[in-house]
Amino acid sequence: MANNHEFKTFETAWCPGCGDFSILETLKGTLTELGLNPYEVLIVGGIGQAAKTPQYLNANGFAGLHGRALPPAAAAKIANHNLKVIINTGDGDSYGEGGNHFIHNIRRNVDMTHFVHDNQIYGLTKGQSSPTSDIGHVTDFTPDGVINQALNPILTAIAIGAGFVARAFSGDKEHLKEMMKEAINYNGYALVDILQPCVSFNKVNTFAWYKKRVYKLTGDESYNPNDKIQAMTKALEWGDKIPLGIIYKEEKKSYTDHFDFLNESTLLNIPYEKELIQSLIEEFVQ
Amino acid sequence: MNYNILIGGAAGQGMDTLASVFSQVLHKRGYQIFTLQDYMSRVRGGHNFFQIRFSNEKVKSHSEELDGIIALNQETLDLHIDRLRPEGFIFADKEVKSEDKRLITIHAKDTAKEVGNVKTMSSVTLGALTKLFNMDEAFMKEIFSDKFDDEVTQQNMASFERGQDMVESRYEVGEGNPKKTMLIQTNQAIALGALAAGLKFYSAYPMTPSTSIMSYLTRKAKKAKIIVEQAEDELAAINMAIGASYAGVRSMTGTSGGGFSLMTEALGLAGIAEIPLVIAVIQRPGPATGLPTRTEQSDLKFVINASQGEFGRMVIAVRNPEDAFYQTTRAFNIADKYQLPVILLGDQYLSDALQTIEPFDLEKISIERHLADPKPYENGEAYNRYELTESGISPRLIPGIVSGVAVNIDSDEHDIMGNITEAAEVRIDMVEKRARKFELLKKELHEPELLGEENMDVLLLGWGGTHSPLSEAVDLLNEGGEKKYGALVFGDIWPLPDKRLLDKAKKAKTIINVEQNYYGQLADLIRQETGITMTGSVLRFDGRPLSASEIVVKVKEV
Repeated sequence: MANNHEFKTFETAWCPGCGDFSILETLKGTLTELGLNPYEVLIVGGIGQAAKTPQYLNANGFAGLHGRALPPAAAAKIANHNLKVIINTGDGDSYGEGGNHFIHNIRRNVDMTHFVHDNQIYGLTKGQSSPTSDIGHVTDFTPDGVINQALNPILTAIAIGAGFVARAFSGDKEHLKEMMKEAINYNGYALVDILQPCVSFNKVNTFAWYKKRVYKLTGDESYNPNDKIQAMTKALEWGDKIPLGIIYKEEKKSYTDHFDFLNESTLLNIPYEKELIQSLIEEFVQ
Repeated sequence: MNYNILIGGAAGQGMDTLASVFSQVLHKRGYQIFTLQDYMSRVRGGHNFFQIRFSNEKVKSHSEELDGIIALNQETLDLHIDRLRPEGFIFADKEVKSEDKRLITIHAKDTAKEVGNVKTMSSVTLGALTKLFNMDEAFMKEIFSDKFDDEVTQQNMASFERGQDMVESRYEVGEGNPKKTMLIQTNQAIALGALAAGLKFYSAYPMTPSTSIMSYLTRKAKKAKIIVEQAEDELAAINMAIGASYAGVRSMTGTSGGGFSLMTEALGLAGIAEIPLVIAVIQRPGPATGLPTRTEQSDLKFVINASQGEFGRMVIAVRNPEDAFYQTTRAFNIADKYQLPVILLGDQYLSDALQTIEPFDLEKISIERHLADPKPYENGEAYNRYELTESGISPRLIPGIVSGVAVNIDSDEHDIMGNITEAAEVRIDMVEKRARKFELLKKELHEPELLGEENMDVLLLGWGGTHSPLSEAVDLLNEGGEKKYGALVFGDIWPLPDKRLLDKAKKAKTIINVEQNYYGQLADLIRQETGITMTGSVLRFDGRPLSASEIVVKVKEV
């Protein structure tokens, strides 16, 4: 890759009209406005259409396995906490195949940002229902409609203890950028569930479907995102009205804050101490 | 002269303390030890035992024949009395009943109560045991005061002294060797080897018998300034280790066969994305849950073949604590040099056996990271993570270090920049590039260790954990004199080093594989790689370790 200091995007394999385009463009704008340099940013993806994001932006990229975006992302951040670690991947990757990692990385609270491109459908495998598909959603694979309860990622994340939980919509780029900036600047695990139409395989949750339902919490003075009970109530809203914005926020220590030796240096830069190893050997010697 | 003592009872009866303190006493007195541990997969009850074999000379492995039994319950006596030598001894408290003349009743519990602390009853037994072997109270105070406060130390000393008064000295072990030794288990040696190699990140999910690697590292984490993370599952454990390695720190994961089954997809990720990784797989009998706390060597073919697709990996079977330490440091260097996964294959027998060995020498190891020089890239040269090179090894940079350079890795087939591709010619280039570095690795393999006679009539073949019993078995077989016996014990096992094997196999009249599995997986591998077939096999697959005497008997039957 040619050396460069500006965020650039590359030709994608996405369908024309896909919500991923505006997410990618907005991400590029966000990173630029935050004054970051591509070499300081690590984009991590699992498998899926959204998970191809690392391929399309000229930052460091880790395109891993299906469902496994969060574990290497967390570990890379622990290894070098100077990296800005941003996960871009889909609802299937994050909540289905990677469900266990979703739960436990909320608990782990490594300082990283998780953008879930949530289109409520499987795109890469061509149109199966996803963990966030609503009951009754008819696909080729659920001809009588989905019978499994949809996962509510916002409510789940708050319940598990995430310190930053937000929702955005790919059709409102200004608001999306604002959410991206807040999430990236948050110290800890930050989830932004980004509603995004899939033009090829989701004929239910279309751009118009979302457009008609979403509304922003911005400016609503009665809403306090630091209040967990209020946030959980808000998180239950889905259907005719879908709230966008920071649903819940709470300041707390992130993973690396717990280690004194990581306050002084990144794990990467901690020097090797031969004397220490020798002393550990001596503990076994008589 | 060496002695072999069994200490057995139910989990929770204090046999661990007795065995560990006795081992410490022997170690401090300069004796050589080989302690075998046999336990059930339960926290309370069941039947568990330690076998402590010691001498003032090298003790190569465990042995079946017993000089003494310390029976903390009736079951221990009933189960093991057949293995006791005619002139052996039995120690037991008054609850254990037997007509056997060899029984010496040690009133441990009553004595400890009289001393004022019933928990010191192990020290009564220990006092009697050391006296039997003509050892005084030297080192005892030091050992107790390391564990207990002054009062409890005094009580333990009192119980110990009462125990010493209960029996007459019977055995002479001879003078201990003043030369310093280490008393260590193989899993601890792997963990220490990893730290010596500069390990900074270890992520794992607890699984017997690999957990002791993680527990040692966890205890030393703060001091060594490393991160040890208990992952939510083995999928996370290996993917985290890969993520940390990508970001530039030496990282490792460890598990047993079941956990490794979950890791197989990510093993391939390390393969195609060319991310260095060290994985310790400590075997236990499978399939599925199998026998969780017992030993087997049945995952050899599995670790060699695990994961879809074709890619190079290295498998090193560790043979004993000393080997494990040096091989672990080497595994990190090889993983970094060739940018591929290296599997350290151990087993339960090794992981729990406590042995005296020569102290590890840090002068014998080196840390070789093989990272690319960042200078040209700082000066604007284009960086390609998967540059096609003659060696097949591409320049590896760490992300976030060189301004203007992005480091891209991909689980999909990718081009030289690390971007997804389906182009046929690129695919061919990449497959061949990865194959080239694997061919290069074959040039630095370690040949199997030769034991016994160099020009042997009978060639025994083993790998990993059977090294200890084989080394003693070969000595015993050669004492007979009619035939010459020798053994080759593989450490590096995949790719299979074949030079010494081909040479020895040509001359030997009989070739026997000695393995802890049913199908003879090493024999299969050797036939596959060299065409050499075995004359016969010595196999054990009941979850219990082969002993030297058992190998001797079975080899003669072939």
